[in-house]
Amino acid sequence: MTSVRLALRMLMRDWRAGELRVLALALLIAVASVTSVSFFADRVRQGLNREAHQLLGGDLLLAGDQPWDPAVMAEIKRRGLAVAQSTNFISMAQSANGAGPKSLLTGAKAVTDSYPLRGKLRIAPRLNAPDAIAGSGPRPGTVWLDERLTSALSANPGDKVKLGDAEFTVAAVLTLEPDRGANFFNIAPRLMMNAADVPATGLIRTGSRVTYQVLVAGERRDVDGFEAWARTRLERGQRIENLDNARPEIRASLDRAQSFLGLTALLAAILAGVAIALATRRFVERHLDGCAVMRCLGATQARLMALYSMEFLMLGVTACAAGCLAGFAAQGLIANWLASIIQAELPQPTAIPALQGGLVGLTLLLGFALPPLLQLRNVPAVRVIRREAGAPRDGALLAYVLGFLTLVLLLLWQSGDLKLGMTVVGGFSAAVLLFIGIAWAALRAASSPASMRFFGAASPAVRYGLANLRRHSRSNAIQVASLALGLTAILLLTITRSDLIDAWRQAAPPDAPNRFLIGIQPEQLKPVQEFFRSAGMALPDVYPMVRGRLTAVNDRPVSEKDYPDERAKRLVEREFNLSYMDRLPAHNQIAAGRWFDPRNRAEGEASVEEGIAKTLGLKLGDLLTYNAAGEVFTARITSLRKLKWDSMKVNFFVVTPTWVLEKAPTSYITAFRLEAGSEPVLDRMVAAFPNLTVVDISAALKQAQGIIDQVILAVQFVFLFALGAGLLVLYSALIATEDERRRESAIMRAFGASAAQVSGSQRAEFLVMGAVAGLLATVAASAISTLLAQRVFQLELPVNYGLWVYGPLAGIALLSLNAWLSARKVLTASPAMTLREG
Amino acid sequence: MATQAEVLSARGIGKTVRSGISDLVILQDIDLEVISGEAVAIVGASGSGKSTLLAILAGLDTPTTGSVRLDGSDIFALDEDARAELRGRAVGFVFQSFQLLPALSALENVMLPLELAGRPDAQAQARAMLERVGLAERLGHYPKHLSGGEQQRVALARAFVVQPRVLMADEPTGSLDAASGEAVIQLMFELNAQAGTTLLMVTHDELLAKRCSRIVRLAGGKVVP
Repeated sequence: MTSVRLALRMLMRDWRAGELRVLALALLIAVASVTSVSFFADRVRQGLNREAHQLLGGDLLLAGDQPWDPAVMAEIKRRGLAVAQSTNFISMAQSANGAGPKSLLTGAKAVTDSYPLRGKLRIAPRLNAPDAIAGSGPRPGTVWLDERLTSALSANPGDKVKLGDAEFTVAAVLTLEPDRGANFFNIAPRLMMNAADVPATGLIRTGSRVTYQVLVAGERRDVDGFEAWARTRLERGQRIENLDNARPEIRASLDRAQSFLGLTALLAAILAGVAIALATRRFVERHLDGCAVMRCLGATQARLMALYSMEFLMLGVTACAAGCLAGFAAQGLIANWLASIIQAELPQPTAIPALQGGLVGLTLLLGFALPPLLQLRNVPAVRVIRREAGAPRDGALLAYVLGFLTLVLLLLWQSGDLKLGMTVVGGFSAAVLLFIGIAWAALRAASSPASMRFFGAASPAVRYGLANLRRHSRSNAIQVASLALGLTAILLLTITRSDLIDAWRQAAPPDAPNRFLIGIQPEQLKPVQEFFRSAGMALPDVYPMVRGRLTAVNDRPVSEKDYPDERAKRLVEREFNLSYMDRLPAHNQIAAGRWFDPRNRAEGEASVEEGIAKTLGLKLGDLLTYNAAGEVFTARITSLRKLKWDSMKVNFFVVTPTWVLEKAPTSYITAFRLEAGSEPVLDRMVAAFPNLTVVDISAALKQAQGIIDQVILAVQFVFLFALGAGLLVLYSALIATEDERRRESAIMRAFGASAAQVSGSQRAEFLVMGAVAGLLATVAASAISTLLAQRVFQLELPVNYGLWVYGPLAGIALLSLNAWLSARKVLTASPAMTLREG
Repeated sequence: MATQAEVLSARGIGKTVRSGISDLVILQDIDLEVISGEAVAIVGASGSGKSTLLAILAGLDTPTTGSVRLDGSDIFALDEDARAELRGRAVGFVFQSFQLLPALSALENVMLPLELAGRPDAQAQARAMLERVGLAERLGHYPKHLSGGEQQRVALARAFVVQPRVLMADEPTGSLDAASGEAVIQLMFELNAQAGTTLLMVTHDELLAKRCSRIVRLAGGKVVP
């Protein structure tokens, strides 16, 4: 009991003396960053998934070519889930206004009143008028037409439209249908009507091509439960879509957001660990004398250890608790920010993130503070008489390794992403070792006899500074490495962070294509290009497209029965969009294998998208047989490609060299950007080429960009924690050798060195250290960001030349400032005072 | 055999350290008995081994040969922790460089040994002791705000507050100017007399040594007449 009280008193005394602030702050930042990210990650993951679910119109989509069994509907009701239905079919719509009757093939969608379950419909009172949210779909007897259909039929709100046997009043212009993107090739213009009006049209008969969709929404667990139940009862022609198998471009954004968040938390925690190790080392160095005195005054080793361990534990628990609170507050703030896109109550956070944060904090303390602290136990009492009797450094390395490993395990558990975790941890460990090695070698070189002769000739102060470099080469190397580490983090989090974020935004840039043009016939290629030119629009890249069905893999016929996976079944069942080309498009990337060999005419080659290859179990070297409108061809997979789904560009799952497919029936596809206000161009295009289909993906694009923007905001906030930890490392590294330098300077002063000589020697020493640290940090930051961009985020990062200027300059500026400050401290205090404090 | 009044006895103390490839003899075959209440000065030139001898007598350092009995215990038969406990109970220290803890105020520095011993009245005792050394007004000051003389008086208060049987002083005036040094020495002898403490002091100051009841001279690691 007395020990606890004494430890508490020691804690308060050390706190008052400012010995523990960096340590406590580092712990607080680590815990706050880990907890806020975990608190938030789960909430936001669910929220963002829900946002993405808008693009499905619900949390789960059931689609089938027959009406759904009442048992399925009863089950949805029994589970208390929200439900909406839509019936989709293609039919001719007619209008009879003004000039005469017009008719157009439309994609009719009849919806129940509860549609949509996620996201909102938007309508406008007339073409090009501002739109607003609509509470539910059209009332019975009315229809909404999308912009294309409104202008093509010249049917404005108030006019009549005939569909099958029924006549409807146009009530509004449909401007946004949240789940429109879910059927990319549902390309006919939209007519939306009320489900109650379907029988009156008389359009649904046996043999009609109808898709019956059921949307389901509710609590995650209930939805998952229902999905599992429903999957076992799927019949032919029925499928279930959830977010995992829908909208790869949105999925990519969410995955990146989670990677960013996880990465930031990892970085903050490890940096905090370094700051803790540095701060504790300083604490220990400053307490060696005190411990020796306490040994003299009768404290046993066990007693000393118990006292200091308790002191640190109390500090740790307090800092961790404060960190948990800060983390909780931070996640609340972020959740508030994101409320606008999440548009729903986030589930309440659980206590698990607090537990994770607390464990990370205590592990940091045990792993990074205990090893140096253990040395206090070994302080010989005789140090009170012979100061040079220091603390023996044994067993510390093992403790560090153990602590580091525990931390790694914890962080991997926390981040749940092995690849990201290993990249960060591995890169970090390698960087630390490399930094120390290179810094040591560089400092030795800078202070080599040759360099001394060359630079030292300038002044004795410079010579003394360089000599100091050599004398302290080991501790200086550690200091430079720590500085470089802190600087790396700061460079990464400031300069490269914005590069990464820009690259991320560029993945779905504001000028990304927002219209697809499908069905261009070979003979129309030139006229279409001529049309673009005359309309003053940039000529888009045009890709050939061949519809083909996969019939065999390695000469073994394939059928949907071979694949348990729902998505694979569907892929095998239907025709693929294939393409041929001889050059790899810029937005594609070879992930494995090699691009086509132009000299190879003996055997067809194929390049397959990575994801679909995985789904279908295809690998390099497999021989694919396709049937394209009766034309059979084979191609061997020679490469796997990575596609940027969120680029909104034309992408193909399978491409071959031109000679393989060029004889198959081909149409062309392109993507282009239509600026707002240029819609009349579209009307002229449709008039000139009535067989072409224009698909509007602007809504999907806008949604994707909205998500990215909001998530970037949240991620940047979490970056602040890591930045704070980086600054702490920098600060701890700067003050690590301050005591010793002050003593040395005081001795120089005592022996009559002038102020200029003292500061000159420090400047020389720090200039070299700053340049080395800055350069190391620059190399590391640029290597890490390139690696992260390519391996984790799959983004192309442009070279940042500014980094190569700012990085080394930052190092030099920082240490020069530090040299100036520390010289000023020494120069303003009397040498006797400095030495007495020593 | 130690007599009842004997507080400290050393037999055949030798200390050799390895220096490079050769051995360096610091102390050689030293015998010393100190009886209760005695004031013994250990004098010698710089490098004569006097500080090492003091460190060994206090159990801070270990000898290569020989044994030391302190307050009835053979201290080198004890382990380091038991020696620390013995020091806490029986020995007070005053050092040339004061060895006050910079993060602690004067009062807290004096409280420290009492706190380590688990004494509940640490603060009152320390306060009273600081008053006795004339620092009642300086209780809350930190070492860096005290003069050298004041710091050494705090160190004296810290040494005497546990009422040790032996006070070991290593060049107590070594870091002080003549006037402060004299004041500190006077105070030390006064406190010593009041508490009946045995004093063992290392010094190179002959005048100071003469104020002790006995002088032990060291030269080249040996006791010389």
